[in-house]
Amino acid sequence: MKSTHLRGLQKAYVCLIFSFLYIPIAVMIAFSFNESKSRTVFTGFTLKWYKSLFQNSMILDALMLSLFVAIVAATVATLIGVMASIGINSMGKRMQSAINTISYMPVVNPEIITGVSLMLLFVVYVNFAHWFNSQPAIPEFLQILPENIFGLGTLLIAHITFCVPYVIFNVSPKLRQMDVRLYEAALDLGCSPKQAFFKVILPELTPAILSAFLICLTYSIDDFMISYFSSGTMQTLPIAIYSMTRKKVSPEINALSTIMFVVILVIILVSNYVEGRSYRRAREKR
Amino acid sequence: MNEIVSLKNIVVGFDGEPVLNGLSLDIHDKEFVTFLGPSGCGKTTTLRVIGGFEQPKSGNVFFNGQDITNLPPYKRQVNTVFQKYALFPHLNVYENVAFGLRLKKMDEKEVRSRVLEMLEVVGLKGFERRSTTNLSGGQQQRVAIARGLVNHPKVLLLDEPLGALDLKLRKEMQLELKRLQQAMDITFIYVTHDQEEALTMSDTVVVMKDGNIQQIGSPIDIYNEPENAFVASFIGESNIIDAIMLRDFCVEFAGNEFTCVDKGFAHNELVQVVVRPEDIQVVPAIQGQLTGVVKDVIFKGVHYEMHVEQAGYEWIIHSTQASQKGELIGMRIGPDEIHIMRRAEG
Amino acid sequence: MIRKKSLSAPYLIWMVLFIAAPLCIVVYYALTDKSGQFTLENLMTIGRYSSVFARSLILAAIATVICLVLSFPVGFYLSRLRASKQKIMLMLVMLPMWMNFLLRTYAWMSLLENNGIINRLLGLVGIGPFEMINTSGAVVLGMVYNFLPYMILPLYTVMTKIDNSIIEAAQDLGAGTMRTFWKVLLPLSGPGIATGITMVFVPSVSTFIISRMLGGGSNMLIGDLIELQFLGNSYNYNLGSAMSLVLMVIVLLCMSFTNGFDDEDMEGVV
Repeated sequence: MKSTHLRGLQKAYVCLIFSFLYIPIAVMIAFSFNESKSRTVFTGFTLKWYKSLFQNSMILDALMLSLFVAIVAATVATLIGVMASIGINSMGKRMQSAINTISYMPVVNPEIITGVSLMLLFVVYVNFAHWFNSQPAIPEFLQILPENIFGLGTLLIAHITFCVPYVIFNVSPKLRQMDVRLYEAALDLGCSPKQAFFKVILPELTPAILSAFLICLTYSIDDFMISYFSSGTMQTLPIAIYSMTRKKVSPEINALSTIMFVVILVIILVSNYVEGRSYRRAREKR
Repeated sequence: MNEIVSLKNIVVGFDGEPVLNGLSLDIHDKEFVTFLGPSGCGKTTTLRVIGGFEQPKSGNVFFNGQDITNLPPYKRQVNTVFQKYALFPHLNVYENVAFGLRLKKMDEKEVRSRVLEMLEVVGLKGFERRSTTNLSGGQQQRVAIARGLVNHPKVLLLDEPLGALDLKLRKEMQLELKRLQQAMDITFIYVTHDQEEALTMSDTVVVMKDGNIQQIGSPIDIYNEPENAFVASFIGESNIIDAIMLRDFCVEFAGNEFTCVDKGFAHNELVQVVVRPEDIQVVPAIQGQLTGVVKDVIFKGVHYEMHVEQAGYEWIIHSTQASQKGELIGMRIGPDEIHIMRRAEG
Repeated sequence: MIRKKSLSAPYLIWMVLFIAAPLCIVVYYALTDKSGQFTLENLMTIGRYSSVFARSLILAAIATVICLVLSFPVGFYLSRLRASKQKIMLMLVMLPMWMNFLLRTYAWMSLLENNGIINRLLGLVGIGPFEMINTSGAVVLGMVYNFLPYMILPLYTVMTKIDNSIIEAAQDLGAGTMRTFWKVLLPLSGPGIATGITMVFVPSVSTFIISRMLGGGSNMLIGDLIELQFLGNSYNYNLGSAMSLVLMVIVLLCMSFTNGFDDEDMEGVV
């Protein structure tokens, strides 16, 4: 019949789109096992690119740096962001919208602009430090402003900066939706305001905080643009990948992509499985 | 009377689960027909088959004698009032009602006069420019009805349209719908699970269960002469009790013989008896055909509902006079009030 | 609830220092010369690069339109699936997004090369080879590939809110497939379309990776220009800032345009 015809067409179309999304990834995975350096002809199966990947200290160092930056930045951003959300929630409407407008900047601005603007800020600071340290009128023991700042510090500042807004926009709505009576009930039952916060409000916010933390982790690990402008000579994983792609022929990239794809797939499947199980358990309890 | 819609052996199944099992039904022109049944009985599916939103696996739909089984919804001369109204949120009241007319490329003057006329009929004059999302439930309901009726369909399908309204508004809309159906002089096919609604509005009630029709008849027939225990229990409260038909006009149940008005059953055939709670007369214990102890008395406004235990069976009695809890009372049931039904299989 | 405005103090300081101040510095640099004198010279100089700006805008616009056309049926199809299936399909849409952007773009390099896989496959059936890499077509392809999920997701989200009965109501009132699409589906998807357009257009217009990896030297975009001023050979912070400023204005204009569309359409819906 007509409608089944149409449904078949729809399915075929969606399959086409999905193959568009996945064929490049499939090709990369296939060629990560390719014997020769050719990116186009499959000459035989090998695992040597995986081996050389794990002996490539540039990549391993970059990976470690990325993980370190991500964990520190996500932790700090979550802490600052949650505090900020609570503070902002108790402000007037006008103040709130003013803060939100500025906080939105890193979210809506093209990444390159966030990167460039932070770089300029650091440059301005370096210029100032240089001027300050070479000023004869200032006693020498004060002239200790660091001038070589591009590196881990600037990288962390940049990552925290683009992460905090995501925390705020994740946690604030939950805070606003939360029933005020929850807090009041806690006080009524004998909690001090502090206890009420830690025993009632915080547990209520935990899922939002957790998901904000995870978002920060992934954004931080994935970020290239902003790190590129603020990392100096340090290489995060995306920057290392970038420099590898510039060299054109490096099958190790395929191996790295395959590993990352598998890791992501496993994470998603596991989190889905856990979520499904806890959902089912919650249903059974009811 | 001529049939406007006929269904012949309609079979519908979702994911291998049968929803309608070879359903056949004729609907007469200019009647108010109600499909009544519990959720999952297939009443909405039947309506959707008529509207063209559900393709039956087999069977045919006829409209005015013509087979329309494969006609898409937009080519059928029926319109639907959807369960939650399905008003277009991006259009105002006027544009919602004008939607169907616009598609017919009617000229703007005609559209205008028909929309305004219809809005007046449903009591929404002056609401043309309002957004549909700011209307109350009852008003949205009226827009949905006007949107269907403005196209002058031969049949209007209504899928539990009053479900979302509060009780008072519902009663008002019931009368309103009946009035509209008579004023427009077309067929209304109405789906509901509310037996009172069905009895109030319908010319014909179709009681359904598990994808099968249980009984078709006027509200009075359905109420007074239920064909089986399901219909009896679904339509109003009733006492349903196993019985033996001793001979014509004589039935035995609850350990007593009763005179009744039914005949034509086999000798000693096992049957079921339906007695409506309001048809049981409360009398002093010595005068009763049956005697029982009052377990509960609940005030229901117009009447008292009493639960009376008699030989292990709990009778429900509606009476304007309350007995005392724990009191021994007598019960009398007149021959006209005893409805005999054949025993349901299984 | 808890009234502790002071808790937000660390963030407010951070925000002023690292969000507001850097943007102000961009504006300052854009409007001064190397010695710190006020000048409009930088903004004027951009005129020389108008072809690059035009190319960026056009390629990003083409990519956005292609994404929209490709995604609309997908979003609709997904939104009509059963909830359990929807979840799996959504996961499939998002999975490529989790791969690093650079790796995904790199994958296309090996596909599109002159002796790449596509050309070899075409060669087997006797067509080609075609020059695909280092063309503006390749740049658009890269944009579409990378940002397609950003269009599918908002469309899907807005379409899940369109009840089936709304579509059935349109059919019931006499609208065929095409008219149901134009008169009901499209207007009701307005907010999703607006979000999708922004989410595809903004990264497309500001990218420099895609153009560098797939476009070769001849397909410079705004992003490339800006990068050259800060980390490349050109090394002119003032000019780079002016370009960033213009890019920011373009993005804001684009967003206020789509937001306006959004508001107008959603009036009374919320």
